[in-house]
Amino acid sequence: MSFSLSSLIPLLPEILLAAMACLVLVVDAFLSDERRAWSWFLSQASLVVALIVLWRVAGEGSLLAFDGQFVLDRLAGLLKAGVLVLALVAFSYSRPWLQERGVFRGEYFVLGLFAVLGMMILISAGSLLVLYLGLELMSLSLYAMVAFMRNDGRASEAAMKYFVLGAIASGMLLYGMSILYGVTGSLDLMEINRILLRAGQVDTAVLFAMAFIIAAIAFKLGAVPFHMWIPDVYQGSPTAVTLFIGSAPKLAAFAMVVRLLVEGLDTAQHQWRDMLMVLVVLSLLVGNLAAIAQTNIKRMLGYSTVSHIGFLLLGFVAGTGAGLAASLFYTLIYAIMALAAFGLIMALSRKGFESEELADFRGLNDRSPWLAGLMLLVMFSMAGVPLTAGFYAKLVVIEAIVEVDLVWLAVFAVVMSVIGAFYYLRVVKLMYFDKPIDEPVPARPVDVEVLLGGNALLVLLLGLMPGLLMTLCRQAVL
Amino acid sequence: MSMQTVFLLIPLASLAGAVLAGLFGRWLGRAGAHTVTILGVAVSFVLSLLVAKAMFLDGMAPWNGPVYTWLVTEGIRFEVGFLIDNLTTLMMVVVTFVSLMVHIYTIGYMHDDPGYIRFFSYISLFTFSMLMLVMSNNFMQLFFGWEAVGLVSYLLIGFYYKRESAIYANMKAFLVNRVGDFGFVLGIGLVLAYAGSLDYAEVFAAAPSFADRSIEILPGEPWSVMTAIGILLFIGVMGKSAQVPLHVWLPDSMEGPTPISALIHAATMVTAGIFMVARMSPLYEYSETALAFIMVIGAITAFFMGLIGIVQNDIKRVIAYSTLSQLGYMTTALGASAYSVAIFHLMTHAFFKALLFLAAGSVIIAMHHEQDMRRMGGLKKYMPITYWTALVGSLALIGFPGFSGFFSKDSIIEAVHASTLPVSGFAWLMVLLGVFVTALYTFRMFFLVFHGEERMDEHTRSHLHESPWVVTLPLVLLAIPSVFAGLLIDPIVVGDFFRGVISVAPEHEAVRELAEEWHGVGAFVEHGLMGPAFWLAMAGLFTAWFVYMRRPALADACARRCNLVYRILVNKYGFDDFNQAVFANGAVMLGRFLWRAGDVFLIDRLLVNGAAAVTGWLAQVTRHLQTGYLYHYGFAMILGLIGLLGWYVIV
Repeated sequence: MSFSLSSLIPLLPEILLAAMACLVLVVDAFLSDERRAWSWFLSQASLVVALIVLWRVAGEGSLLAFDGQFVLDRLAGLLKAGVLVLALVAFSYSRPWLQERGVFRGEYFVLGLFAVLGMMILISAGSLLVLYLGLELMSLSLYAMVAFMRNDGRASEAAMKYFVLGAIASGMLLYGMSILYGVTGSLDLMEINRILLRAGQVDTAVLFAMAFIIAAIAFKLGAVPFHMWIPDVYQGSPTAVTLFIGSAPKLAAFAMVVRLLVEGLDTAQHQWRDMLMVLVVLSLLVGNLAAIAQTNIKRMLGYSTVSHIGFLLLGFVAGTGAGLAASLFYTLIYAIMALAAFGLIMALSRKGFESEELADFRGLNDRSPWLAGLMLLVMFSMAGVPLTAGFYAKLVVIEAIVEVDLVWLAVFAVVMSVIGAFYYLRVVKLMYFDKPIDEPVPARPVDVEVLLGGNALLVLLLGLMPGLLMTLCRQAVL
Repeated sequence: MSMQTVFLLIPLASLAGAVLAGLFGRWLGRAGAHTVTILGVAVSFVLSLLVAKAMFLDGMAPWNGPVYTWLVTEGIRFEVGFLIDNLTTLMMVVVTFVSLMVHIYTIGYMHDDPGYIRFFSYISLFTFSMLMLVMSNNFMQLFFGWEAVGLVSYLLIGFYYKRESAIYANMKAFLVNRVGDFGFVLGIGLVLAYAGSLDYAEVFAAAPSFADRSIEILPGEPWSVMTAIGILLFIGVMGKSAQVPLHVWLPDSMEGPTPISALIHAATMVTAGIFMVARMSPLYEYSETALAFIMVIGAITAFFMGLIGIVQNDIKRVIAYSTLSQLGYMTTALGASAYSVAIFHLMTHAFFKALLFLAAGSVIIAMHHEQDMRRMGGLKKYMPITYWTALVGSLALIGFPGFSGFFSKDSIIEAVHASTLPVSGFAWLMVLLGVFVTALYTFRMFFLVFHGEERMDEHTRSHLHESPWVVTLPLVLLAIPSVFAGLLIDPIVVGDFFRGVISVAPEHEAVRELAEEWHGVGAFVEHGLMGPAFWLAMAGLFTAWFVYMRRPALADACARRCNLVYRILVNKYGFDDFNQAVFANGAVMLGRFLWRAGDVFLIDRLLVNGAAAVTGWLAQVTRHLQTGYLYHYGFAMILGLIGLLGWYVIV
């Protein structure tokens, strides 16, 4: 095994990000509070540079490094670019929120950068070990981010729950991985796949391992019954953190499913499709029903995430290439919608008024027609109203599921999305038809204003012209 | 300019007028709106005349072809296309001429109306729709035109949309026509099913191949396909051309402005059914049952609707019932396979009935929109032009020898007489007695309006004067063909004007007999003077004069003595009451039942609210699963894992 520096080229964005995260950490320590914006600026700059480097590095085919343990293929390229952009926007949304609450500190950005790094490694994982490394780097950073406002009791509670449950899930994952290693004698996902293929029949031990792995995946995604942390963490975390957790990590989780199940355990496809189907049914059912009973919009969006995860997994249940592309498309659209939704919640809040309760949205149209209009778009898209990206995303997954003759599942999903439409439309009703509350809408910095508008309008634009993104998704999963 | 362009321009010119006035009327203003629409219709008329010249005088061959393919599905083409032959050309000229007259007339009649521009847009749209209907070469476009004229009719009956009776009338027209159209569209469906095409020429060519086939509409009752098609299509005609029992909407349609009554509800739209049956003659000739059905319906309409005309006091309603009766005549002629005669009467009727309606409109203007004949009388000296033109119209209507109506109506009676259908005897009796009735109500109206004592109030009398030239000019222009159009009997009925257009089976050659006995117009008039029809008409005229001029008390006495008959006639045989009680109230009751049982109980309470309640309950349950305790969460995860393991590994 020879080693040359040029073999590190596929890792350049990650290396750069790691270096920059350390740099921000150091620089931040020497900055006075007035000049804290430099930390923010450096973080954003590192994301932008990483994006540019990624653009230059990623090629047509898949690039391998470390003897196949690190993979930069089209899927990885697309997902990493997505993660970087989402993080970039999330940092922008967070800045005024953090500043106003006096917690505009470097930790948030450093932890965020490390989380992004973890996600990127996870996305590019070619072996079980790298995958676990990325996952833990991401998770640990996120746990810390949740607890980042340490005086806030709810946040601490949420962080604790997240951490403990996350540890259990990690344990399950490791257990599954170790069995898999025991059966195949390899950590390399391609190699595992090859060995299992050669064996022909699917061993019970493999299924045993797979059940553990799926449990861990389900935890990361937040599929029922491994979803319990989601509402508590979404509600308990500072909104700036919820925003971050709610968007980019979903892309990483998607990659985790692809790497582990589609690439590593392809031989057991039949079995994992069945297992995922159970998760899908439960997620759609519990997510949508529980969301109806919520009064806190962050919590409601948490349950809505659970139901969206159900939809997202539908594509995997289909098991076809089209299904996979549909799932990828759904994931990206979902991340964009979640970013916009939490961004809007933050834009409406100020210190002492978090605008977290559904009741806080009453008569928003009278207070700010522009923000109400953007929220309307996002809610419509989440509910799957035609012309929005959410509709198209639902359409393609359901199409994929119908094509493999799982019509009952498609019907179930549609019925559930009808039930789900209720709580999204309730937000619209509150904004447009209820008497406004007496709470002025705070002013927003220009960058937030532009990004927020663009973010919400993108939901409409991608609904009208989904072709380009859909093509990218198809190419990525081929 | 190629002929095809001309054909296209004829309907489009009217459409352009309608669109301009309808959408941009606000900017065009009143004068602008009537200028563009009249120009549009005038272009249609002049071009129609050009086509007529080319067809009739220069011997141009009929033209049949598509101009636009809308869609093709499973080999069936849905097209816009034109079939221009003698029948079409005749209809085009009649339609555009009457329409042009009505357009001009409207300037005077609607002068003070706030809906002036809207009205012009509608009547131009109507002209377009009617032209599309008559020029069509396929059933799809026929249906389009059929519905489009119905739509405009609906809009115009309800033109005074703030008047409740107008809304009632247009809804009635709409609903009754739905019944007819139901049959019509089923008929078209049957044609499509058996002929596999919607194109007239292809359907007619395919007709012999399915003429002998039968269809079981009710189990165990085989019907000839042709009979089914014929009767279903004719049900559409009964709606559109107001035949018993679907005639009830036409008298009520008089709620619309008078120019519309003339154009749509007398001269053109209501004759669309007559035109359609004549167009479909190659199909109808295969079914004697359908023809007999048509003849009976027509004969009943011709006689019994005329009778109602005698007891009406509203001047427009008298003419409306007269129109019903005359449509009955045309239908009877169709039943006798005398298609050419029916079309001939359609044409003459279009002229003299439009004339009568417009004359009535002129009277109504002078009377300040008073329509009750009991408050008129002696108008002759105030309105000479209206008087003389109305006289021409009336004489034409009763079939006075020499006037156009004489030729067409006598031809019908002769054709029915010559028909060999089993029901022709009854039909002949009906149309013959109808002549007496026609003369009676026509001159009753004429005398009550123009002669006798002046029964209007002083204020109205002091303002009586002849209408402006835009009103009287169309009257005079319409009076001319009302007199002379009868002379066209030579080519149209006895000549071979419709050769290749209308087909008549050898056993139905009633018209041929007419032609064989044809010795010129003079001989026909002479023959008419001998026939019973003329004397019946004279008797009717005399009765009207005697009862309403000499002994005005006699009419009341008659009404009292024959109270039962009088009541039946005034109640219009109870059709309206029956419809109101059974269909309208029945539908309302059914609707209320479905609303209560289906909508409120089943859907609202059980399904909608029920589903919502269940969902809400489930939501609460689900919510309580989330306890907030970490160990519960962990336990759920373990349970999930065990589930996955258990389900797939152990089982």
